[in-house]
Amino acid sequence: MSTPPRGTGGVEELIRRKRVVICAGSGGVGKTTTSAAIAAGMAERGCKTAVLTIDPAKRLANSLGLTELGNEETRVELDPPGTPQGGTGTPQGGTGELWAMMLDAKRTFDELVDTYAPDEQTRDAVLSNPIYKQLSNAVAGSQEYMAMEKLHELHMEGRYDLLVLDTPPSRNALEFLEAPRRLSRFIDSRSLQFFRAGGRMGMGVMGRSTGLLFKVMQRATGVDLLRDLSEFFNAFGEMADGFAERARRVEALLGDSATTFLLVTSPRAASIQEAGWFARKLREEDLPFGGVVVNRVRQPVHTKPSSQLDTELKGLFDPGLAGKVAQTLDEHRALAERDALNMEELAKTLRRRPMICVPELRDDVHDLDGLRALNEFLF
Amino acid sequence: MSGVLEHRLVYVTGKGGVGKTTVAAAMGLAGARAGRRTVVCEVAEQERITGIFGSAPAGFSETAVTENLSAFSINPESAKEEWLRDQLRSGRLAGMLNNSRIFQYLTAAAPGLDELVTLGKIWELAQLQRRRKADRPYDLTIVDAPATGHGVAMLRSPRTYADIAKVGPIRKHADLIGSFMTDPATTAVVAVALAEEMPVNETIELQERLAGELDVQLAAVLVNAVLPERFDSAEAEQLTRVGANGEAGGRASREAVATALASYDRAKRQRAQVGRLRRGVDAPVLTLPFILSPEVGREGLDLLATEIGRKL
Repeated sequence: MSTPPRGTGGVEELIRRKRVVICAGSGGVGKTTTSAAIAAGMAERGCKTAVLTIDPAKRLANSLGLTELGNEETRVELDPPGTPQGGTGTPQGGTGELWAMMLDAKRTFDELVDTYAPDEQTRDAVLSNPIYKQLSNAVAGSQEYMAMEKLHELHMEGRYDLLVLDTPPSRNALEFLEAPRRLSRFIDSRSLQFFRAGGRMGMGVMGRSTGLLFKVMQRATGVDLLRDLSEFFNAFGEMADGFAERARRVEALLGDSATTFLLVTSPRAASIQEAGWFARKLREEDLPFGGVVVNRVRQPVHTKPSSQLDTELKGLFDPGLAGKVAQTLDEHRALAERDALNMEELAKTLRRRPMICVPELRDDVHDLDGLRALNEFLF
Repeated sequence: MSGVLEHRLVYVTGKGGVGKTTVAAAMGLAGARAGRRTVVCEVAEQERITGIFGSAPAGFSETAVTENLSAFSINPESAKEEWLRDQLRSGRLAGMLNNSRIFQYLTAAAPGLDELVTLGKIWELAQLQRRRKADRPYDLTIVDAPATGHGVAMLRSPRTYADIAKVGPIRKHADLIGSFMTDPATTAVVAVALAEEMPVNETIELQERLAGELDVQLAAVLVNAVLPERFDSAEAEQLTRVGANGEAGGRASREAVATALASYDRAKRQRAQVGRLRRGVDAPVLTLPFILSPEVGREGLDLLATEIGRKL
């Protein structure tokens, strides 16, 4: 069995000269940990790096050994005083910094409204509108939208050499692309016209078919909802252009040559399938696709089952233990071979994009030292 | 026996990548074997359950996969269409709304609407009186729900809707769905976890969020893929000694000993995480064995269903 191809230079080569790295992939494959590790690694190589996550389970906080992150970037000390560091932990660049941020989607949305509202009255009307409240609080959609917004904002401010975005856990891996589009369409002016008319002038002035449509919607949704929608769109109307313009700039940033997407996956079949699908989607969308990180790869077993091995083991242990040792080896070999096969499958769909393999580590990664151990393989 | 499968509906959530789909499928099989007419429904983009049973994809229709067991895959678009038709009691009006671009824009992004209509379909599957008289009711509905954050949001979607619509038929319907989903007599919320640091943390957080946001308790936690404790500590010591002394002469036996030790180590760390989970949640914590076959197929599923039938 051939070993799957792997990049020669690791992650550093993939993101050299990049300003934005977006880590994407399905849930539970180590996306957050990988994002944090890449950010920490680049910081230790002299970059001023910020990692952004938006995650109800606060996993990045976990990965960094922090208890809480706010909507502001927090500096993560790379060399906490009193913590003895191994040789791998020595900062190499000297000037690098690691910053981390856990995004508060609701707050980011509020801040945007604050930015684009023409006056205080409009701002307050939007912020207190029930539709807006739900929209800005929704787990599905808003998180993705605001993650992109924050990424764009930090990129424009230019305070960091490198931004690493951990995409939110979604029902599907492309949700972070689609959700912002859906939401900006929602706020888009075409739907606005309808509701502004309905809210301001009542149904009488609308065309016959529009009036009927409005009635049907009322019947389905309840009157209050429609009034709230009208109010929402009336208040939002003034700001729609600002939002639309911004959405366009965010899309441009995603496709920029200084941006790269890294696909994170595990070698298990279900994740590999999703990763292959995702790689195709990135190509279809013409987005800059850097490569794949495969986490928790079981290491190959070199020893084949043989009578010599059985004899050796029986010489070392009683027959019961010797049997169990041999059985464990056989099982591990089978699992490792399956991982390798799955990765070969994925490699076929990658068309020579690099694949970086991280072996299954002894410990769960949840602090800086763990990230450093990970970086032995990522970099 | 925690009686979880005695509920009308079991809502299975947990961190991404812990094997929710497999566990939900095995639960369905366990229910079916116990003689209950069961349906397992998925809400993800990619349908997997029919594949596990070797059947063709079910899509948005109840498809028998084995005796007493059906599969169903809910996509929000189909759920929305069906729901509109039922709500408006008119295919023509529903069609008119669905063909309206404005309505499409609105519903595509309307907060929580996809979740609400999806949950509405789940609810419908679990009703003794189905929307169409011809549809036979199920004794048990198992939901392969979205991962933690999205799973809670979906369960909360009737309340979300109630916050924006104070009156109206949809509001009434949403309230009905909401009370069924949060009633411990009808619905059991089950978390699937792995015996690892982060899945354990997320499970404990899930318990807090369910209690805080919905006043719902976890009915059980299933720890998936727990390794067998094959070596006892005396054996592990012996392995360590042999490994350290270089007694394991050949390269082959050195690799074998190292692999055995690593396996002992993993099992031990898993046990510690299961302990942490037991201390952290109030629900019964049950373990499911690691299935060795490379991908859990029908055989592995049978094994898991037996375990679930025995423990749940």
